[in-house]
Amino acid sequence: MKELVVISGKGGTGKTSLVASFSVLAGEKIMADCDVDASNLHLLFNSSVIRQIPFYGLKKARISEELCVKCGDCEDYCHFGAIDNSFVDGLSCEGCGVCKLACRAGAIEMVEHIAGQIEFSDTEYGPMVHARLGVAEDNSGKLVAEVRKMARQIAEDKNYELIITDGPPGIGCQVISCLSNADLVLVVTEPSRTGIHDMERVLSLVEHFDGRAAVCINKWDISASNTGEIEDICYSKNIPVVGKIPYDMTVYNALKNGIPYIRKKDSPASTATLGIWDSLLKML
Amino acid sequence: MKLAVASGKGGTGKTTVSVSLAITMAQRKRVAFLDCDVEEPNGHLMLNPVLQHKEMVAVLVPEIDEQKCDSCGYCAEICAFHALAVLPGNTLVFPEMCHACGGCWNFCPKQAITPVDNYIGVVEEGRAEKVRFVHGRLNVGVAMSPPLIRAVKAKAKNDELTIIDVPPGTSCPAVKSVEGVDFCILVTEPTPFGLHDLDLAVQVLHQLKIPCGVVINRSDGLDLTVEEYCGRCKIPVLQKIPLDREVAEGYAAGIPAVLVKKEWGELFSELMDKVEEVVSS
Repeated sequence: MKELVVISGKGGTGKTSLVASFSVLAGEKIMADCDVDASNLHLLFNSSVIRQIPFYGLKKARISEELCVKCGDCEDYCHFGAIDNSFVDGLSCEGCGVCKLACRAGAIEMVEHIAGQIEFSDTEYGPMVHARLGVAEDNSGKLVAEVRKMARQIAEDKNYELIITDGPPGIGCQVISCLSNADLVLVVTEPSRTGIHDMERVLSLVEHFDGRAAVCINKWDISASNTGEIEDICYSKNIPVVGKIPYDMTVYNALKNGIPYIRKKDSPASTATLGIWDSLLKML
Repeated sequence: MKLAVASGKGGTGKTTVSVSLAITMAQRKRVAFLDCDVEEPNGHLMLNPVLQHKEMVAVLVPEIDEQKCDSCGYCAEICAFHALAVLPGNTLVFPEMCHACGGCWNFCPKQAITPVDNYIGVVEEGRAEKVRFVHGRLNVGVAMSPPLIRAVKAKAKNDELTIIDVPPGTSCPAVKSVEGVDFCILVTEPTPFGLHDLDLAVQVLHQLKIPCGVVINRSDGLDLTVEEYCGRCKIPVLQKIPLDREVAEGYAAGIPAVLVKKEWGELFSELMDKVEEVVSS
Protein backbone atom coordinates (compact mmCIF):
# COMPACT_ATOMS: atom_id res chain seq x y z
CA MET A 1 0.00 0.00 0.00
CA LYS A 2 1.24 3.49 -0.86
CA GLU A 3 0.40 6.88 0.61
CA LEU A 4 0.67 10.13 -1.32
CA VAL A 5 0.68 13.19 0.96
CA VAL A 6 -0.05 16.58 -0.61
CA ILE A 7 1.21 19.68 1.24
CA SER A 8 2.25 23.21 0.29
CA GLY A 9 3.71 25.29 3.12
CA LYS A 10 1.76 28.32 2.00
CA GLY A 11 -2.01 28.05 2.17
CA GLY A 12 -4.27 28.51 -0.84
CA THR A 13 -1.92 27.20 -3.52
CA GLY A 14 -4.49 24.66 -4.71
CA LYS A 15 -3.78 21.51 -2.66
CA THR A 16 -7.40 20.54 -2.17
CA SER A 17 -8.50 21.18 -5.77
CA LEU A 18 -5.60 19.02 -6.92
CA VAL A 19 -6.32 16.23 -4.42
CA ALA A 20 -9.97 16.19 -5.51
CA SER A 21 -8.89 15.81 -9.12
CA PHE A 22 -6.46 13.01 -8.23
CA SER A 23 -9.35 11.30 -6.45
CA VAL A 24 -11.33 11.29 -9.71
CA LEU A 25 -8.38 9.83 -11.63
CA ALA A 26 -7.21 7.20 -9.16
CA GLY A 27 -8.61 3.67 -9.11
CA GLU A 28 -9.35 2.03 -5.77
CA LYS A 29 -8.16 4.33 -2.99
CA ILE A 30 -9.13 6.09 0.18
CA MET A 31 -8.91 9.82 0.79
CA ALA A 32 -7.68 11.29 4.08
CA ASP A 33 -8.30 14.98 4.71
CA CYS A 34 -5.66 15.93 7.26
CA ASP A 35 -6.34 19.66 7.28
CA VAL A 36 -8.17 19.08 10.54
CA ASP A 37 -8.54 22.80 11.34
CA ALA A 38 -10.32 23.66 8.14
CA SER A 39 -11.10 20.57 6.11
CA ASN A 40 -12.44 21.39 2.66
CA LEU A 41 -12.12 18.27 0.53
CA HIS A 42 -15.70 17.15 1.25
CA LEU A 43 -16.96 20.38 -0.32
CA LEU A 44 -15.87 19.11 -3.76
CA PHE A 45 -17.56 15.72 -3.40
CA ASN A 46 -21.07 14.41 -2.96
CA SER A 47 -20.28 12.97 0.40
CA SER A 48 -22.29 11.69 3.29
CA VAL A 49 -20.98 11.00 6.75
CA ILE A 50 -21.66 7.37 7.62
CA ARG A 51 -19.91 7.19 11.00
CA GLN A 52 -18.46 9.53 13.58
CA ILE A 53 -16.21 8.81 16.52
CA PRO A 54 -15.09 11.26 19.19
CA PHE A 55 -11.49 12.40 19.32
CA TYR A 56 -10.19 12.66 22.87
CA GLY A 57 -7.60 15.37 23.35
CA LEU A 58 -5.51 15.69 26.46
CA LYS A 59 -7.46 15.70 29.69
CA LYS A 60 -8.32 19.01 31.37
CA ALA A 61 -7.88 19.87 35.02
CA ARG A 62 -10.94 20.24 37.22
CA ILE A 63 -10.74 21.66 40.74
CA SER A 64 -13.24 20.50 43.32
CA GLU A 65 -14.59 23.52 45.18
CA GLU A 66 -15.34 21.40 48.22
CA LEU A 67 -11.85 19.98 48.60
CA CYS A 68 -9.85 23.04 47.49
CA VAL A 69 -8.13 24.85 50.39
CA LYS A 70 -7.12 27.84 48.23
CA CYS A 71 -3.40 27.41 48.95
CA GLY A 72 -2.52 28.62 45.46
CA ASP A 73 0.09 25.90 44.82
CA CYS A 74 -1.60 24.81 41.59
CA GLU A 75 -1.50 28.34 40.29
CA ASP A 76 2.23 28.65 41.12
CA TYR A 77 3.11 25.39 39.38
CA CYS A 78 1.00 25.91 36.23
CA HIS A 79 3.32 27.02 33.41
CA PHE A 80 0.44 27.94 31.14
CA GLY A 81 -1.27 30.53 33.31
CA ALA A 82 -4.41 28.41 33.12
CA ILE A 83 -5.41 28.65 36.79
CA ASP A 84 -6.65 31.86 38.33
CA ASN A 85 -8.02 31.89 41.85
CA SER A 86 -8.76 28.14 41.80
CA PHE A 87 -10.56 28.42 38.48
CA VAL A 88 -9.28 26.51 35.43
CA ASP A 89 -9.38 28.26 32.04
CA GLY A 90 -10.09 25.34 29.69
CA LEU A 91 -8.63 27.14 26.67
CA SER A 92 -5.24 27.63 28.34
CA CYS A 93 -5.05 24.26 30.12
CA GLU A 94 -2.74 21.96 28.14
CA GLY A 95 -3.55 18.90 30.22
CA CYS A 96 -0.10 18.30 31.74
CA GLY A 97 -1.51 17.35 35.15
CA VAL A 98 1.19 19.22 37.10
CA CYS A 99 -1.48 21.00 39.17
CA LYS A 100 -2.84 17.63 40.25
CA LEU A 101 0.65 16.56 41.35
CA ALA A 102 1.13 19.83 43.22
CA CYS A 103 -2.23 19.81 45.00
CA ARG A 104 -1.84 18.60 48.58
CA ALA A 105 -5.59 18.64 49.21
CA GLY A 106 -6.29 16.11 46.47
CA ALA A 107 -8.79 18.57 45.01
CA ILE A 108 -7.79 18.28 41.36
CA GLU A 109 -8.73 15.59 38.90
CA MET A 110 -7.95 15.33 35.23
CA VAL A 111 -11.12 14.75 33.21
CA GLU A 112 -11.60 13.34 29.71
CA HIS A 113 -12.08 15.96 27.09
CA ILE A 114 -13.55 15.53 23.60
CA ALA A 115 -11.52 17.80 21.33
CA GLY A 116 -13.09 16.91 18.01
CA GLN A 117 -14.74 14.31 15.81
CA ILE A 118 -13.30 11.86 13.32
CA GLU A 119 -15.72 11.30 10.45
CA PHE A 120 -16.01 8.50 7.90
CA SER A 121 -17.75 9.41 4.67
CA ASP A 122 -18.76 7.77 1.41
CA THR A 123 -18.16 9.80 -1.71
CA GLU A 124 -18.72 9.13 -5.40
CA TYR A 125 -14.96 8.52 -5.66
CA GLY A 126 -14.53 6.22 -2.69
CA PRO A 127 -14.33 6.32 1.09
CA MET A 128 -12.90 9.32 2.91
CA VAL A 129 -11.73 9.93 6.46
CA HIS A 130 -11.78 13.49 7.73
CA ALA A 131 -12.08 15.32 11.02
CA ARG A 132 -13.41 18.35 12.74
CA LEU A 133 -11.22 19.75 15.44
CA GLY A 134 -13.31 21.51 18.05
CA VAL A 135 -13.27 25.29 17.95
CA ALA A 136 -10.07 26.72 19.45
CA GLU A 137 -8.81 23.23 20.42
CA ASP A 138 -5.19 22.18 20.42
CA ASN A 139 -3.47 18.84 19.91
CA SER A 140 -4.23 18.86 16.22
CA GLY A 141 -1.06 16.89 15.40
CA LYS A 142 -2.47 13.92 17.28
CA LEU A 143 -5.77 14.22 15.40
CA VAL A 144 -3.90 14.20 12.09
CA ALA A 145 -2.14 11.00 13.19
CA GLU A 146 -5.51 9.44 14.09
CA VAL A 147 -7.07 10.34 10.71
CA ARG A 148 -4.12 8.78 8.90
CA LYS A 149 -4.26 5.67 11.08
CA MET A 150 -8.00 5.19 10.41
CA ALA A 151 -7.52 5.69 6.67
CA ARG A 152 -4.74 3.09 6.63
CA GLN A 153 -6.92 0.64 8.53
CA ILE A 154 -9.79 0.99 6.05
CA ALA A 155 -7.41 0.68 3.11
CA GLU A 156 -6.05 -2.55 4.62
CA ASP A 157 -9.54 -3.94 5.25
CA LYS A 158 -10.64 -3.20 1.70
CA ASN A 159 -7.34 -4.23 0.16
CA TYR A 160 -6.84 -0.83 -1.44
CA GLU A 161 -3.41 0.02 -2.74
CA LEU A 162 -3.49 3.80 -2.36
CA ILE A 163 -4.14 6.51 0.22
CA ILE A 164 -4.34 10.14 -0.96
CA THR A 165 -3.80 12.56 1.91
CA ASP A 166 -4.71 16.25 1.73
CA GLY A 167 -2.39 17.98 4.18
CA PRO A 168 -2.56 21.21 6.17
CA PRO A 169 -0.60 24.41 5.45
CA GLY A 170 2.49 25.44 7.44
CA ILE A 171 5.46 23.45 8.73
CA GLY A 172 4.32 22.85 12.34
CA CYS A 173 2.92 19.92 14.28
CA GLN A 174 0.10 19.03 11.89
CA VAL A 175 2.40 18.89 8.88
CA ILE A 176 5.09 16.98 10.76
CA SER A 177 2.39 14.52 11.78
CA CYS A 178 1.52 14.01 8.07
CA LEU A 179 5.05 13.09 7.02
CA SER A 180 5.87 9.95 8.98
CA ASN A 181 5.88 6.89 6.71
CA ALA A 182 4.50 8.78 3.70
CA ASP A 183 5.70 7.13 0.49
CA LEU A 184 5.72 10.35 -1.51
CA VAL A 185 5.15 13.98 -0.53
CA LEU A 186 3.86 16.26 -3.27
CA VAL A 187 4.50 19.95 -2.57
CA VAL A 188 2.12 22.25 -4.46
CA THR A 189 3.57 25.71 -4.94
CA GLU A 190 2.85 28.86 -6.93
CA PRO A 191 5.30 31.20 -8.65
CA SER A 192 5.15 34.09 -6.16
CA ARG A 193 7.89 35.31 -3.79
CA THR A 194 5.86 33.99 -0.87
CA GLY A 195 5.13 30.69 -2.63
CA ILE A 196 8.86 30.13 -3.30
CA HIS A 197 9.85 31.07 0.27
CA ASP A 198 7.27 28.76 1.81
CA MET A 199 8.09 25.91 -0.58
CA GLU A 200 11.76 26.07 0.40
CA ARG A 201 10.86 25.83 4.09
CA VAL A 202 8.49 22.93 3.59
CA LEU A 203 11.02 21.08 1.37
CA SER A 204 13.60 21.49 4.17
CA LEU A 205 11.06 20.00 6.54
CA VAL A 206 10.51 16.96 4.29
CA GLU A 207 14.29 16.57 4.02
CA HIS A 208 14.66 16.92 7.81
CA PHE A 209 12.36 13.92 8.25
CA ASP A 210 13.99 11.95 5.40
CA GLY A 211 10.88 12.09 3.22
CA ARG A 212 10.72 11.77 -0.56
CA ALA A 213 9.41 14.91 -2.24
CA ALA A 214 8.12 16.00 -5.64
CA VAL A 215 6.96 19.49 -6.64
CA CYS A 216 4.19 20.76 -8.84
CA ILE A 217 3.78 24.41 -9.81
CA ASN A 218 0.25 25.77 -9.92
CA LYS A 219 -0.67 28.86 -12.00
CA TRP A 220 2.87 28.69 -13.40
CA ASP A 221 2.27 31.29 -16.12
CA ILE A 222 1.45 34.04 -13.59
CA SER A 223 5.22 34.53 -13.46
CA ALA A 224 7.44 32.59 -15.86
CA SER A 225 10.57 33.98 -14.19
CA ASN A 226 9.55 32.82 -10.70
CA THR A 227 8.59 29.45 -12.20
CA GLY A 228 12.11 29.23 -13.64
CA GLU A 229 13.53 29.98 -10.20
CA ILE A 230 11.42 27.21 -8.62
CA GLU A 231 12.66 24.75 -11.25
CA ASP A 232 16.28 25.77 -10.54
CA ILE A 233 15.82 25.31 -6.79
CA CYS A 234 14.28 21.87 -7.29
CA TYR A 235 17.01 20.87 -9.74
CA SER A 236 19.72 21.85 -7.26
CA LYS A 237 18.00 19.84 -4.51
CA ASN A 238 17.48 16.90 -6.86
CA ILE A 239 13.69 17.07 -6.43
CA PRO A 240 11.59 16.29 -9.51
CA VAL A 241 9.12 18.91 -10.78
CA VAL A 242 6.29 16.62 -11.87
CA GLY A 243 4.27 19.24 -13.67
CA LYS A 244 3.13 22.80 -14.20
CA ILE A 245 -0.53 23.78 -14.20
CA PRO A 246 -1.42 26.94 -16.12
CA TYR A 247 -3.66 29.68 -14.73
CA ASP A 248 -7.09 28.53 -15.87
CA MET A 249 -10.46 30.02 -14.89
CA THR A 250 -11.90 26.49 -15.27
CA VAL A 251 -10.33 25.65 -11.92
CA TYR A 252 -11.90 28.64 -10.19
CA ASN A 253 -15.31 28.03 -11.76
CA ALA A 254 -15.25 24.35 -10.81
CA LEU A 255 -14.43 25.33 -7.24
CA LYS A 256 -17.31 27.79 -7.19
CA ASN A 257 -19.58 24.96 -8.39
CA GLY A 258 -18.17 22.52 -5.85
CA ILE A 259 -16.75 19.94 -8.28
CA PRO A 260 -13.21 18.67 -9.01
CA TYR A 261 -11.91 20.68 -12.01
CA ILE A 262 -10.63 17.54 -13.76
CA ARG A 263 -14.24 16.78 -14.64
CA LYS A 264 -14.10 19.70 -17.06
CA LYS A 265 -12.21 17.62 -19.61
CA ASP A 266 -9.71 19.11 -22.06
CA SER A 267 -9.21 22.33 -20.13
CA PRO A 268 -5.53 23.37 -19.95
CA ALA A 269 -5.44 22.67 -16.19
CA SER A 270 -7.00 19.21 -16.63
CA THR A 271 -4.54 18.23 -19.34
CA ALA A 272 -1.60 19.28 -17.16
CA THR A 273 -3.06 17.40 -14.18
CA LEU A 274 -3.33 14.14 -16.18
CA GLY A 275 0.41 14.39 -16.86
CA ILE A 276 1.17 15.04 -13.19
CA TRP A 277 -0.91 12.06 -12.10
CA ASP A 278 0.95 9.77 -14.53
CA SER A 279 4.30 10.95 -13.16
CA LEU A 280 3.19 10.45 -9.57
CA LEU A 281 1.94 6.91 -10.26
CA LYS A 282 5.30 6.04 -11.82
CA MET A 283 7.12 7.44 -8.77
CA LEU A 284 4.85 5.48 -6.41
CA MET B 1 -5.21 49.50 19.17
CA LYS B 2 -4.31 45.87 18.46
CA LEU B 3 -5.79 44.59 15.23
CA ALA B 4 -5.50 41.00 13.96
CA VAL B 5 -5.87 39.93 10.33
CA ALA B 6 -6.94 36.28 10.13
CA SER B 7 -8.82 33.95 7.78
CA GLY B 8 -9.25 30.28 8.69
CA LYS B 9 -8.41 29.24 5.13
CA GLY B 10 -4.89 29.87 3.88
CA GLY B 11 -4.15 31.93 0.81
CA THR B 12 -7.19 34.20 0.95
CA GLY B 13 -5.10 37.37 1.15
CA LYS B 14 -4.28 37.97 4.83
CA THR B 15 -0.81 39.21 4.06
CA THR B 16 -2.06 41.36 1.17
CA VAL B 17 -4.56 43.06 3.50
CA SER B 18 -2.31 43.38 6.55
CA VAL B 19 0.67 44.73 4.57
CA SER B 20 -1.37 47.22 2.54
CA LEU B 21 -3.19 48.35 5.67
CA ALA B 22 0.12 48.88 7.50
CA ILE B 23 1.62 50.91 4.65
CA THR B 24 -1.52 53.04 4.31
CA MET B 25 -1.95 53.72 8.03
CA ALA B 26 1.75 54.50 8.56
CA GLN B 27 1.14 57.75 6.64
CA ARG B 28 -1.15 58.83 9.47
CA LYS B 29 0.12 57.27 12.70
CA ARG B 30 2.68 55.03 14.33
CA VAL B 31 2.21 51.50 13.03
CA ALA B 32 3.78 48.18 14.00
CA PHE B 33 3.45 45.08 11.82
CA LEU B 34 3.75 41.80 13.74
CA ASP B 35 3.95 38.67 11.59
CA CYS B 36 2.73 35.82 13.82
CA ASP B 37 2.70 33.26 11.00
CA VAL B 38 6.00 31.94 12.33
CA GLU B 39 5.76 28.67 10.37
CA GLU B 40 5.63 30.47 7.04
CA PRO B 41 6.32 34.19 7.63
CA ASN B 42 5.67 36.19 4.46
CA GLY B 43 5.29 39.83 5.56
CA HIS B 44 9.01 40.56 5.11
CA LEU B 45 8.83 39.50 1.46
CA MET B 46 6.30 42.27 0.77
CA LEU B 47 7.58 44.96 3.18
CA ASN B 48 11.33 44.39 2.71
CA PRO B 49 12.26 45.62 6.19
CA VAL B 50 15.79 46.41 7.26
CA LEU B 51 16.23 43.98 10.15
CA GLN B 52 18.24 45.51 12.99
CA HIS B 53 17.74 43.19 15.90
CA LYS B 54 17.58 39.44 16.29
CA GLU B 55 16.85 37.40 19.36
CA MET B 56 16.84 33.64 19.83
CA VAL B 57 13.76 32.21 21.49
CA ALA B 58 13.99 29.13 23.66
CA VAL B 59 11.60 26.92 25.56
CA LEU B 60 12.61 24.87 28.57
CA VAL B 61 13.18 21.15 28.21
CA PRO B 62 14.39 18.61 30.77
CA GLU B 63 18.02 17.57 31.09
CA ILE B 64 18.76 14.40 33.02
CA ASP B 65 21.65 14.15 35.46
CA GLU B 66 22.78 10.58 34.81
CA GLN B 67 24.59 10.49 38.18
CA LYS B 68 21.43 11.15 40.15
CA CYS B 69 18.89 9.31 37.95
CA ASP B 70 18.04 5.83 39.19
CA SER B 71 15.73 5.03 36.23
CA CYS B 72 12.69 4.84 38.47
CA GLY B 73 10.47 5.84 35.53
CA TYR B 74 8.35 8.36 37.43
CA CYS B 75 9.06 11.23 34.97
CA ALA B 76 7.90 9.18 31.99
CA GLU B 77 4.83 8.08 33.93
CA ILE B 78 3.70 11.64 34.74
CA CYS B 79 4.60 13.21 31.38
CA ALA B 80 1.29 13.76 29.56
CA PHE B 81 3.13 14.51 26.31
CA HIS B 82 5.27 11.34 26.06
CA ALA B 83 8.41 13.46 25.98
CA LEU B 84 10.38 11.11 28.22
CA ALA B 85 11.15 7.40 28.00
CA VAL B 86 13.02 5.47 30.65
CA LEU B 87 15.10 2.46 29.69
CA PRO B 88 17.22 0.53 32.18
CA GLY B 89 20.12 2.85 32.93
CA ASN B 90 19.10 5.44 30.39
CA THR B 91 16.42 8.16 30.35
CA LEU B 92 15.63 9.62 26.93
CA VAL B 93 14.24 13.12 26.30
CA PHE B 94 12.26 13.98 23.14
CA PRO B 95 12.42 17.80 23.13
CA GLU B 96 9.98 18.16 20.20
CA MET B 97 7.22 16.53 22.27
CA CYS B 98 7.84 18.60 25.43
CA HIS B 99 5.36 21.32 26.42
CA ALA B 100 7.65 22.68 29.18
CA CYS B 101 5.04 22.01 31.87
CA GLY B 102 7.74 21.47 34.50
CA GLY B 103 6.24 18.24 35.84
CA CYS B 104 9.42 16.19 35.53
CA TRP B 105 11.88 18.73 36.91
CA ASN B 106 9.60 19.73 39.78
CA PHE B 107 8.60 16.24 40.84
CA CYS B 108 11.58 13.94 40.10
CA PRO B 109 12.03 12.00 43.38
CA LYS B 110 15.85 12.13 42.98
CA GLN B 111 15.96 15.75 41.78
CA ALA B 112 17.88 14.47 38.79
CA ILE B 113 16.18 16.75 36.24
CA THR B 114 16.90 20.40 35.50
CA PRO B 115 15.33 22.62 32.85
CA VAL B 116 17.60 23.83 30.03
CA ASP B 117 17.00 26.06 27.00
CA ASN B 118 15.94 24.49 23.72
CA TYR B 119 16.00 27.03 20.87
CA ILE B 120 12.93 26.93 18.66
CA GLY B 121 13.36 29.99 16.48
CA VAL B 122 14.16 33.70 16.28
CA VAL B 123 12.33 36.99 16.62
CA GLU B 124 13.63 39.65 14.24
CA GLU B 125 12.86 43.36 14.40
CA GLY B 126 13.46 46.23 12.07
CA ARG B 127 11.83 48.97 10.03
CA ALA B 128 10.17 49.03 6.64
CA GLU B 129 10.16 52.78 6.01
CA LYS B 130 7.53 54.11 8.40
CA VAL B 131 6.36 50.71 9.61
CA ARG B 132 7.98 49.09 12.64
CA PHE B 133 8.41 45.44 11.69
CA VAL B 134 8.58 42.30 13.85
CA HIS B 135 8.38 38.66 12.84
CA GLY B 136 9.20 35.20 14.14
CA ARG B 137 10.83 32.37 12.23
CA LEU B 138 10.26 28.88 13.60
CA ASN B 139 13.20 26.51 13.15
CA VAL B 140 12.42 23.81 10.60
CA GLY B 141 11.44 20.59 12.37
CA VAL B 142 10.03 22.29 15.48
CA ALA B 143 6.41 21.25 16.06
CA MET B 144 5.18 23.83 18.54
CA SER B 145 4.91 27.45 17.50
CA PRO B 146 2.88 29.10 20.34
CA PRO B 147 5.90 30.06 22.51
CA LEU B 148 7.47 31.86 19.54
CA ILE B 149 4.15 33.54 18.72
CA ARG B 150 4.03 34.81 22.32
CA ALA B 151 7.56 36.21 21.92
CA VAL B 152 6.54 38.10 18.75
CA LYS B 153 3.45 39.50 20.46
CA ALA B 154 5.51 40.62 23.45
CA LYS B 155 7.07 43.20 21.08
CA ALA B 156 3.79 45.12 20.74
CA LYS B 157 3.71 48.64 22.21
CA ASN B 158 0.66 50.42 23.52
CA ASP B 159 1.13 53.73 21.70
CA GLU B 160 1.00 52.21 18.23
CA LEU B 161 -1.53 50.71 15.87
CA THR B 162 -0.44 47.06 16.01
CA ILE B 163 -1.37 44.97 12.97
CA ILE B 164 -0.98 41.22 13.52
CA ASP B 165 -0.74 38.82 10.59
CA VAL B 166 -2.30 35.58 11.91
CA PRO B 167 -1.42 32.08 10.65
CA PRO B 168 -4.18 30.09 8.89
CA GLY B 169 -6.30 27.54 10.70
CA THR B 170 -8.35 27.55 13.88
CA SER B 171 -6.13 25.70 16.36
CA CYS B 172 -3.51 26.89 18.82
CA PRO B 173 -1.25 28.98 16.53
CA ALA B 174 -4.23 31.03 15.30
CA VAL B 175 -5.79 31.25 18.77
CA LYS B 176 -2.53 32.41 20.42
CA SER B 177 -2.11 35.04 17.70
CA VAL B 178 -5.56 36.62 18.08
CA GLU B 179 -5.82 36.40 21.88
CA GLY B 180 -6.01 39.83 23.46
CA VAL B 181 -6.62 41.89 20.31
CA ASP B 182 -9.28 44.61 20.17
CA PHE B 183 -10.61 43.59 16.79
CA CYS B 184 -10.08 40.94 14.12
CA ILE B 185 -10.41 41.44 10.37
CA LEU B 186 -11.35 38.16 8.66
CA VAL B 187 -10.22 37.93 5.06
CA THR B 188 -12.26 35.59 2.88
CA GLU B 189 -12.73 34.80 -0.79
CA PRO B 190 -16.06 34.16 -2.52
CA THR B 191 -15.64 30.39 -2.90
CA PRO B 192 -17.20 27.47 -0.99
CA PHE B 193 -13.82 26.91 0.74
CA GLY B 194 -13.60 30.56 1.75
CA LEU B 195 -17.08 30.59 3.24
CA HIS B 196 -16.70 27.25 5.03
CA ASP B 197 -13.48 28.34 6.73
CA LEU B 198 -14.76 31.84 7.44
CA ASP B 199 -17.51 30.26 9.50
CA LEU B 200 -14.94 28.27 11.51
CA ALA B 201 -12.89 31.41 12.15
CA VAL B 202 -16.01 33.30 13.26
CA GLN B 203 -16.79 30.53 15.77
CA VAL B 204 -13.28 30.80 17.24
CA LEU B 205 -13.59 34.57 17.62
CA HIS B 206 -17.02 34.27 19.20
CA GLN B 207 -15.62 31.83 21.70
CA LEU B 208 -12.77 34.22 22.49
CA LYS B 209 -15.24 37.13 22.60
CA ILE B 210 -13.28 39.15 20.03
CA PRO B 211 -15.31 41.44 17.74
CA CYS B 212 -14.75 40.88 14.03
CA GLY B 213 -15.61 42.07 10.53
CA VAL B 214 -15.10 40.61 7.07
CA VAL B 215 -13.08 41.69 4.05
CA ILE B 216 -14.04 39.93 0.82
CA ASN B 217 -10.90 39.56 -1.25
CA ARG B 218 -10.82 38.79 -4.99
CA SER B 219 -14.41 39.93 -5.12
CA ASP B 220 -15.90 39.06 -8.51
CA GLY B 221 -19.24 40.72 -7.87
CA LEU B 222 -20.79 37.31 -7.13
CA ASP B 223 -20.30 37.42 -3.36
CA LEU B 224 -23.92 37.02 -2.35
CA THR B 225 -23.44 33.86 -0.30
CA VAL B 226 -20.72 35.52 1.79
CA GLU B 227 -22.85 38.63 2.28
CA GLU B 228 -25.87 36.54 3.24
CA TYR B 229 -23.75 34.66 5.74
CA CYS B 230 -22.45 37.89 7.28
CA GLY B 231 -25.99 39.29 7.44
CA ARG B 232 -27.23 36.17 9.20
CA CYS B 233 -24.40 36.26 11.74
CA LYS B 234 -24.60 40.06 12.15
CA ILE B 235 -20.97 40.54 11.12
CA PRO B 236 -20.15 43.69 9.17
CA VAL B 237 -18.68 43.41 5.66
CA LEU B 238 -15.95 46.03 6.01
CA GLN B 239 -14.55 46.12 2.51
CA LYS B 240 -14.47 44.35 -0.84
CA ILE B 241 -11.23 44.09 -2.74
CA PRO B 242 -11.68 43.45 -6.46
CA LEU B 243 -10.12 40.55 -8.37
CA ASP B 244 -7.30 42.22 -10.31
CA ARG B 245 -4.69 40.61 -12.55
CA GLU B 246 -2.20 43.49 -12.07
CA VAL B 247 -2.40 43.14 -8.28
CA ALA B 248 -1.96 39.36 -8.55
CA GLU B 249 1.16 39.82 -10.69
CA GLY B 250 2.46 42.42 -8.23
CA TYR B 251 1.91 39.97 -5.41
CA ALA B 252 3.86 37.31 -7.30
CA ALA B 253 6.77 39.73 -7.57
CA GLY B 254 6.53 40.72 -3.89
CA ILE B 255 4.95 44.17 -4.40
CA PRO B 256 2.14 45.13 -1.99
CA ALA B 257 -1.26 45.80 -3.59
CA VAL B 258 -1.31 49.38 -2.38
CA LEU B 259 1.99 50.10 -4.16
CA VAL B 260 0.84 48.44 -7.39
CA LYS B 261 -2.30 50.58 -7.39
CA LYS B 262 -1.81 53.86 -5.52
CA GLU B 263 -5.56 54.54 -5.68
CA TRP B 264 -6.20 51.50 -3.49
CA GLY B 265 -4.87 53.53 -0.54
CA GLU B 266 -8.40 54.88 -0.25
CA LEU B 267 -9.78 51.34 -0.03
CA PHE B 268 -7.59 50.56 2.97
CA SER B 269 -8.18 53.94 4.67
CA GLU B 270 -11.90 53.26 4.42
CA LEU B 271 -11.36 49.79 5.85
CA MET B 272 -9.56 51.27 8.88
CA ASP B 273 -12.26 53.91 9.34
CA LYS B 274 -14.90 51.18 9.45
CA VAL B 275 -12.88 49.13 11.93
CA GLU B 276 -12.56 52.16 14.21
CA GLU B 277 -16.26 52.84 13.88
CA VAL B 278 -17.15 49.27 14.91
CA VAL B 279 -14.63 49.23 17.79
CA SER B 280 -15.84 52.54 19.22
CA SER B 281 -19.55 51.64 19.00
